[in-house]
Amino acid sequence: MTSSSDRPLLRVENLRTVFPLADGREAAAVDGISFSIGRGETLGLVGESGSGKSVAALSIMRLVLPPGRIAAGRVELDGRNLLDLAEPEMRRVRGRRIGFVFQEPMVALNPVYTIGYQIAETLKVHGLARGDNARRRALELLQAVRIPDPERRAREYPHQMSGGLRQRAMIALAIAAEPELLIADEPTTALDVTVQAEILDLLREMRRAFSLSLLLITHDLAVVAEMADRVAVMYTGRIVEKARADVLFADPAHPYTRGLLTSIPSGESGARLQAIPGNVPGLGQAPAGCAFAPRCRERFDPCTTTRPELIPVGLDHTACCLLHDPAHALRATATEGRR
Amino acid sequence: MPLVEVRRLVKEFPARGGWLSGRPPVRAVDDVSFAIEAGETFGLVGESGCGKTTTGRCLLRLVEPTSGEILFGGTDVLALSGRELRKARRNFQIVFQDPYSSLNPRMRAGAIVEEPLAIHKIGSPGERKARVGELFELVGLDPADAAKYPHEFSGGQRQRIGVARALALEPSFIVADEPVSALDVSIQAQVVNLLLDLQKRLGLTYLFIAHDLRLVRQICNRTAVMYRGRLIEVAAADRIFTAPAHPYTKALLSAIPHLKPGDRLERIPFPAANFRPLPLREINAGHFAAV
Repeated sequence: MTSSSDRPLLRVENLRTVFPLADGREAAAVDGISFSIGRGETLGLVGESGSGKSVAALSIMRLVLPPGRIAAGRVELDGRNLLDLAEPEMRRVRGRRIGFVFQEPMVALNPVYTIGYQIAETLKVHGLARGDNARRRALELLQAVRIPDPERRAREYPHQMSGGLRQRAMIALAIAAEPELLIADEPTTALDVTVQAEILDLLREMRRAFSLSLLLITHDLAVVAEMADRVAVMYTGRIVEKARADVLFADPAHPYTRGLLTSIPSGESGARLQAIPGNVPGLGQAPAGCAFAPRCRERFDPCTTTRPELIPVGLDHTACCLLHDPAHALRATATEGRR
Repeated sequence: MPLVEVRRLVKEFPARGGWLSGRPPVRAVDDVSFAIEAGETFGLVGESGCGKTTTGRCLLRLVEPTSGEILFGGTDVLALSGRELRKARRNFQIVFQDPYSSLNPRMRAGAIVEEPLAIHKIGSPGERKARVGELFELVGLDPADAAKYPHEFSGGQRQRIGVARALALEPSFIVADEPVSALDVSIQAQVVNLLLDLQKRLGLTYLFIAHDLRLVRQICNRTAVMYRGRLIEVAAADRIFTAPAHPYTKALLSAIPHLKPGDRLERIPFPAANFRPLPLREINAGHFAAV
């Protein structure tokens, strides 16, 4: 048995979450993904809408609503498989050991209670503080997330706050019970760029102050570049590339990652944007072989028939692409030669 | 002569609680002036609530301005009424941000694109059908899909329907209000490229309203930065990025996340209390700033 210090805080293994389709078949929104997050580490989980990144987050928290269900896999928090826990036990994990920050704080915050009350209530539910202690701690937390005039703000309802303040309140709520892992799903997507910058600064500060591990889910590679130590890129429910952040941005191995990076405006005046042709296939509509093949500029014969698996392409760097599979790469070069 | 010229545009909205509240009206657009040359893409950037969308809508008179002039090819569109206004409107159209809510879900895609033609009584039903087919092809949609409903299309395709509808009356000027910000990155590039291609082919002039500063830099000829209802800087798009003059522009640029891990620039804060509503002045040839 490994000691708890060199064991990753979160280890997700072959996680598979399925939803029924109208025709009775089941389709995997999350299709066998594996990753781990070390203590104090930030993993960026990147993907476009329909990639399965949010379902992955919900699955880790066991908040997938029926008829969706987790069909297979393990979600180990500090060595314990969360998928084996009874619901009351899981409830003690949510909030207490894993905190969540969602894209839209208006949905996650309760509109009929004041911010101060919601934080104090969280502390009470987890048995961390009650009464005046809880109220005092709530004020400290609002101060920690740099909400000005915390005494007044604690008495406000979510709708009375601006988007940026609400997101701060949401972060205060998420870290109230001092979780070890924070899952943030598009935490800055609804915000203006200057407010986004402030919230990212705040997340960085909280990460340091509370030694948090962070699972940052986003469609925005620039946010990942700013925040993440390691990155996993998702496409149609699968992780197609995993690497250290600096490696991924400097030397992306999967054509989809390369496409995402080049479709971001370079800011070069007058240049055309490099689009990825086509659309992300809907749930259950991914083609056989590589799901990205129809949109891929670099596809070759086996891509439409052979389903690629994640294989190492460098140090701590894996990609799910036949171009990097020695068994197929030779043929790719041969096809290239014929053209 | 510029194609579009906006002079001292003001739009006030009643304060919360109405006039009985005793609060002064809110100036969403506060003394805004700019001109757009034919064939140009003019960017209007700023954060939510700065008045950029209201400005765009005032230009099309979708929102009635409180005061000011909007000259379109030399004619003041604010002085037009009834039939004249309807006729003038054929020349300026809008593409909305949200391709999910801006298309009528009960209408077939073909009917959505045909509607402006029908309203302006252009062509026979048969001619209109043919024109819809042309427009579908123009924006990269399959004319056979004209019978489908909006929900059967992806976000990017829906925005193409919105573009086809805006082009139906062969306008010369299009207000594109955050036309790609609701789309995924890889799809954004497709729609932006479509807008650029159409501009080249049809000689269109764009007012491009956006918050994505990188995108604005890449596709706009000139850019105006808006803050609290006022233009605070106007210059060639590249110039705004390489030599920003207004402290708010500097703050905005410093907030853009960088694409290189570990390469984070120092953020420049801009406390709202520092803002002074100064007039724009030319600080360099073609570079105006409210400093």
